[in-house]
Amino acid sequence: MTEKIVSRKKVWGTPKLRVPLPFSFFCPGCHYGIIVRLICEVLEELGIEGRTVGLAGVGCSFGPFPVSIDVDFTSCPHGRAPAMATAIKRIHPETVVFTVQGDGDLGSIGLGCFMNALIRGEKLTTIFLNNACYGTTGGQMAPTTLIGMKTTTTPEGRDPRTAGFPLHTAELAATMKGVAYSARCTVHSPANFRRARKALKTAFQKQIDGIGYGFVEFLSACPTNWRLSPPDCIKFISEKMIAEYPLGEFKNVDVIELPEEWR
Amino acid sequence: MTERLLIDGNEAIARGAIAGGCNYFFGYPITPQNEIPEFMSRELPKIGGVFVQSESEAASVYMVYGGALAGARVMTSTSSPGFSLMQEGISYIAEAEVPAVIVNVMRMGPGIGTGGQHGQTDYRQVTKGGGHGAYRCIILAPYSSQECFDYMQLAFHLADKYRVLVLVLTDFIIGRMAEVVELRKLEFEPPPEKDWALKGKAFKGGRRRCYVSAAFSYGGVPPRYYHHMAEVYQKIKDEEIKHETYRDEDAVLLLLAYGSSARMAKRAVDMARAEGHRVGLFRPITLWPFSEEALRQAACRVGKVLVVEDSPGELVEDVKCICQGKVPVHLLGIWGRYTPQGDIMTGGSGIIYPENILEKIRGLI
Repeated sequence: MTEKIVSRKKVWGTPKLRVPLPFSFFCPGCHYGIIVRLICEVLEELGIEGRTVGLAGVGCSFGPFPVSIDVDFTSCPHGRAPAMATAIKRIHPETVVFTVQGDGDLGSIGLGCFMNALIRGEKLTTIFLNNACYGTTGGQMAPTTLIGMKTTTTPEGRDPRTAGFPLHTAELAATMKGVAYSARCTVHSPANFRRARKALKTAFQKQIDGIGYGFVEFLSACPTNWRLSPPDCIKFISEKMIAEYPLGEFKNVDVIELPEEWR
Repeated sequence: MTERLLIDGNEAIARGAIAGGCNYFFGYPITPQNEIPEFMSRELPKIGGVFVQSESEAASVYMVYGGALAGARVMTSTSSPGFSLMQEGISYIAEAEVPAVIVNVMRMGPGIGTGGQHGQTDYRQVTKGGGHGAYRCIILAPYSSQECFDYMQLAFHLADKYRVLVLVLTDFIIGRMAEVVELRKLEFEPPPEKDWALKGKAFKGGRRRCYVSAAFSYGGVPPRYYHHMAEVYQKIKDEEIKHETYRDEDAVLLLLAYGSSARMAKRAVDMARAEGHRVGLFRPITLWPFSEEALRQAACRVGKVLVVEDSPGELVEDVKCICQGKVPVHLLGIWGRYTPQGDIMTGGSGIIYPENILEKIRGLI
């Protein structure tokens, strides 16, 4: 008679911080749902959910992220999340403050706010969702739209002679002195999901340790506005998006050097 | 004995804010209010507060919004062009119903205006709301350094009490004119507990707060927001209206002015009385809510009103509306300025001196 061994180890489940909802905010094939889960997992692993405040920018993150993640949360006016986050962090330095912003929100209307938060070297974490278009408003051109990519405001494809070139935010952030961590990730495959989790955790850790700004850019699929099926979106990310936006860490430091008299 | 200091209105604003429990200031330089951020950058770190120089007035107002959501007493100050940049944020603060204070030290004119010239040309924007979405803010208009100091304390009290934005409206003359101020700490009832503040759910017994927008907060039906706010606004109207009258008991002409113009008008009243003219002054202190009923009664009793404002005529619109055509309403506006160099178009800046007002009074009586 053989003994049957049953493992009771839990191998899969919904994160505790994921608010159960009777519906999904996101279009089929959108990667935002995966990123919501990722944020929940990282906050739980770090054990900081009790002292975390999230801020979501305008776009597909506006309502869905605050509603879906069970921490103190607010949505923000278009592009202004880093300014609001600055105030919360300065007033309550013991809290962990993060922003979730799309490419129209951070890269376009809010680029000044974002850059100045980096210039001040705020101890914040920013999750930047790059899907190369304005998702909520119907797929218009964003600063991150690829050259030649068709959107509702570039019907013939983005023309670099009149509409310029894609914005490389992760590389830009890495050039700023006050930034402790900057990386670009995707969640379009399990291996990339694991790498993204590690990157996001590091970005939060830089804030928790009081080192400096943590920034993680996610290349994310938008099947509705790309007019592609979810599998084709994954193909588009791995072939076209990554060619323009290389993955990896662009900065990872444990100390931000100060002039001697200011140490 | 309470300490007394010779300080200008801007410093009185800053000192009044600290006396009112404000430890957090977010601001951007603009003339003529630079003394406020400069004072705050010097003094706040000494008391464990925070001063942040933002990258723009648009960022300042969102830092104030974030700080208010975090449950702190926060403020910013600016002047007219900067106040225009803040309108979007003001509308969002009104929607989120969080308490904060913004000071507008007016300068004259649209566009870049005149950083070095006095004026009261923001009345309509400040009282009617330059942002979108039919909101209201409490507006306090001090007319002396002492009132700047006192009303900043009142502003933080009112903001917390009703969870609204309080605007303090002064101008170049009030901001840069030094007077003796008694640094008295005003006593108010304790503010309601801020159990809604965003600083992590562990501080709220594990229950989080989630602000998405008023449309979500009030059950997804925007009109419910307005029903709710109508009640809040009515309560403010019932309890917080402030005005001051001066020698108006037997008057046959009622001057009406706020801020620096009220100082000129007050002096003109004394000068007219010395000549035997029976003139009084009505000075609104809260510009919203406006002392409508008191003004209507006073105007009907006196029979004639002269509005003095250093503007082409904004306050006068409200006064005409309040008086409902029952009494004649005259205006001594920006054209009443005296310029030593002569013609207003080519001469110096000038202001509406009491003598100009007296001349107008003589013509009306």
